[in-house]
Amino acid sequence: MSAVKAETIIEPYVCEDRARGLFRVNRRVFVDPAILERERRYIFDTCWLYVGHESEVAAKGDFLTRTVGGRELIFVRGKDDHVRAFFNTCPHRGAMVCREKQGNDKMFRCFYHAWAFDLQGKLVNRPGAERYAEGSNVDGVHNLVQVPRLDHYRGLYFVNYDRNAVDLVTYLAGATEFLELVMDQSDVGMEIVGGTQEYGFAANWKLLCENSIDGYHGMPTHATYFDYVMASGGQLGENLTTVNKPNDLGNGHAVIEYGAPWGRPVAKPVKAWGEKGDADTAEIRAGLEKRFGKARAERIAYQNRNMLIFPNLVINDIMAVTVRTFFPVAPGQQNVSAWALAPKDENAQMRERRLYNYLEFLGPGGFATPDDCEALALCQRGYNNLAMAGWNDISKGMNEPNPIIEDEAQMRVFWREWDRRISGVGL
Amino acid sequence: MSAAAAKAQALSITRIELEDFLYLEAALLDEWRLEEWLALFVPGARYLVPPAGANDDADPATTLFYVADDYHRLTERVKRLGKKNAHVEFPHSRCRRMVSNVRILGGSDASFSATSNFVTYRSKRGITETYLGHHRYELCVDAGAIRIRNKTSFIDTDDINAQGKVSIIL
Repeated sequence: MSAVKAETIIEPYVCEDRARGLFRVNRRVFVDPAILERERRYIFDTCWLYVGHESEVAAKGDFLTRTVGGRELIFVRGKDDHVRAFFNTCPHRGAMVCREKQGNDKMFRCFYHAWAFDLQGKLVNRPGAERYAEGSNVDGVHNLVQVPRLDHYRGLYFVNYDRNAVDLVTYLAGATEFLELVMDQSDVGMEIVGGTQEYGFAANWKLLCENSIDGYHGMPTHATYFDYVMASGGQLGENLTTVNKPNDLGNGHAVIEYGAPWGRPVAKPVKAWGEKGDADTAEIRAGLEKRFGKARAERIAYQNRNMLIFPNLVINDIMAVTVRTFFPVAPGQQNVSAWALAPKDENAQMRERRLYNYLEFLGPGGFATPDDCEALALCQRGYNNLAMAGWNDISKGMNEPNPIIEDEAQMRVFWREWDRRISGVGL
Repeated sequence: MSAAAAKAQALSITRIELEDFLYLEAALLDEWRLEEWLALFVPGARYLVPPAGANDDADPATTLFYVADDYHRLTERVKRLGKKNAHVEFPHSRCRRMVSNVRILGGSDASFSATSNFVTYRSKRGITETYLGHHRYELCVDAGAIRIRNKTSFIDTDDINAQGKVSIIL
């Protein structure tokens, strides 16, 4: 670590010159394995990381296995109706106890020596139990190990590997206001639609943090998406809001709020949905108005929001709602998991419209996401030149009194927090 | 049953004829002759790619797919892939499709189903990605020619972390 420290002092990672209106990021942060090690220690081991949604473990015994922050987890609803997260490793010799991606069961059984655990993680059976001393598991050393912290907010479950971390709501800070705007879209709750998009690509994870809330790249990168929707007769309408604003939500979280011409299942119709679409969305808006009043109902219905919860949870409430998280596997490689979030009580036709909308923009087969991934992979490849072309620029709108989403203020929020955690530690 | 009715319920295509058709389809895709490829489909046809590892009964109305194109969107996908600003496929990647294990599952000229296994290689910027899986087709015989009514391409890996995208037609 001392070598990293010495270099940090010579060459900063993030340079902010307010007087000159210049904000630059050192391209070494995307390629240096020592920086990834620092990120693992000072970000992924100390921040709240998204693990899953309550609807994915709705019934007692429902479980998922996920890799979160480089660690293998079992996420499960116990017989006592409590949701827990365990490290997916047998306390005996370490084998992964649960090998399925998801399911429902009464217990977990490691196949290696057949130790069995109940849904609460307690060792309940092992062959030759009589050969173990009576008090050998008196303090639970033979039970599954729970993650140090697990907490939830409006159905979203997060883990934290730092026992001393601040509580989740404090950590989420201003992001709670925008999570409410998403989770309030149904009075009976939201759910993850079946099907996960798991994909990877050759670019540093922080490039996807930037890209997910980047209002600047839309037209040049996604021209073919806009060509397509314009050719699709009635898929685009009016914006219905003049809001165009990035927000600093604290703790590195940021959101952009804006109007867009596309249809929103909650609840902005477009012509292509026909009279039925008008009626469906009017009914949804009336329900929102009754619950929250006109102004908030329209904010929920008409405004889009792309939100980054530091470090790596993206909730984009756009033509559909995507929940997306991603982790580095190497400085230049990341794996992404993405899901669609929807009101539980959505009618079948609106659900179809939602998924149709989702796929026309989002995901590895969409008309937009693959071009984003290509752009980020080209950035990563471009960093081969960093010794002589060493800086990224994030200066757009620096000294503007009223930032817009096509500026880069929201990315600067991310980078300041990243820099505070990475450069600020141990200097 | 009349002779005409019996004929309508029969399938006039052999497996070898279907193989020829599927090899032609693969060649059109390998050569990026996408307009000609699209002409193999009947209007109203669909092209689907469920999430990696999905079961054969996955439904795009209730499950998040990678691709769930109706005929309009499929037409637009073909248009997009011909454009210079479809950035992920400009310049076009080099692709080679291997098709095997072709089986006719049953049906008649009006509608029959078939399946094949595939391995598709996509190469760009020195990296070769491999997609493996199986196709399921709903087909028909129209004036002696095979046409596609529905094509679903199942990717038989756990995820697409190694491939990253489904930017080509499988």
